[in-house]
Amino acid sequence: MAKIKGSIIVDRERCKGCGVCVVSCPFGVLKLSAEVNSKGYNYSFMANPDACTGCASCAVICPDSCITVYRQKASN
Amino acid sequence: MAEFQVEMNEENRVYTKPRLLTDAVMHYCPGCSHGTIHKLVAEVIEEMGLEERSIGISPVGCSVLAYNYIDIDWAEAAHGRAAAVAAAIKRLNPSKLVFTYQGDGDLAAIGTGETIHACNRGDNITIIFVNNAIYGMTGGQMAPTTLLGMKTSTTPYGRDASLNGYPYKIANMITQLEGVSYVTRQSVHTPAAVRKAKKALRHAFEKSMDGKGLSFIEFVATCNSGWKLSPVAANQWMEEHMFPFYPLGDLKDI
Repeated sequence: MAKIKGSIIVDRERCKGCGVCVVSCPFGVLKLSAEVNSKGYNYSFMANPDACTGCASCAVICPDSCITVYRQKASN
Repeated sequence: MAEFQVEMNEENRVYTKPRLLTDAVMHYCPGCSHGTIHKLVAEVIEEMGLEERSIGISPVGCSVLAYNYIDIDWAEAAHGRAAAVAAAIKRLNPSKLVFTYQGDGDLAAIGTGETIHACNRGDNITIIFVNNAIYGMTGGQMAPTTLLGMKTSTTPYGRDASLNGYPYKIANMITQLEGVSYVTRQSVHTPAAVRKAKKALRHAFEKSMDGKGLSFIEFVATCNSGWKLSPVAANQWMEEHMFPFYPLGDLKDI
């Protein structure tokens, strides 16, 4: 059982929906939403949040720096 | 064990937008490599603690507005002349980190002369060269680095060597020059490549600051709008077509 969990916050208004984070996530956490932001882009969101380990692959590659990553160890 | 929720506080934060990147929304197309490379530049300058001592030279091309996005000192050079401007600034301010940020149309076409002479003089600057094999800003025309057979708006049937000449590898050419101490070719198409490129960029900046000579870092990049592909497909196309001609790795490190 995973003892480390991660979570991300996507700045939806800054996201341009390029989808590079979606293919970069090793655990298939991210998807592009059906809804759009005020500029008409399908922003990225956590479709499968339980699988996130906080590896930050999505944030490292994001061209618009709109992802903040958090990671925490389970304290039992 | 029960599932727990990650507390989103400062203590648990492992990655966020670098402080030196401004809040201005970048004008780049979705998925453009420029955004990721800007982020690396901001991160490396921040980690080296050089934010008060860095001067960037922005080019003419898509990245002409780089000074709006990274919160350091900048100068804007005439088309292709960034390396000459950087050399002058570095000579007058030897304690500063001076780097240029140029695309292939700027560096490898109109600015070939300035680039080669700056390299030959061995000025202690870093040249960041973003090679996406196309003129992105002006509408996707052929660049000197465009691959043979590659379709652009000025080579609609693909680049033909008998008519348009051959693409050239400027990074390989300048390895011959004695003033150049570090030449590397990187990319930012995967998280692993981004992490590797960041190390290379830091190495290049450190060499400039140590007065070892000129450092040249080429980023093989995408222009998904110019290539008429989605951002993800552009990265795949780059791996299949660009990397065989522009292989990644260090070319010179002395």
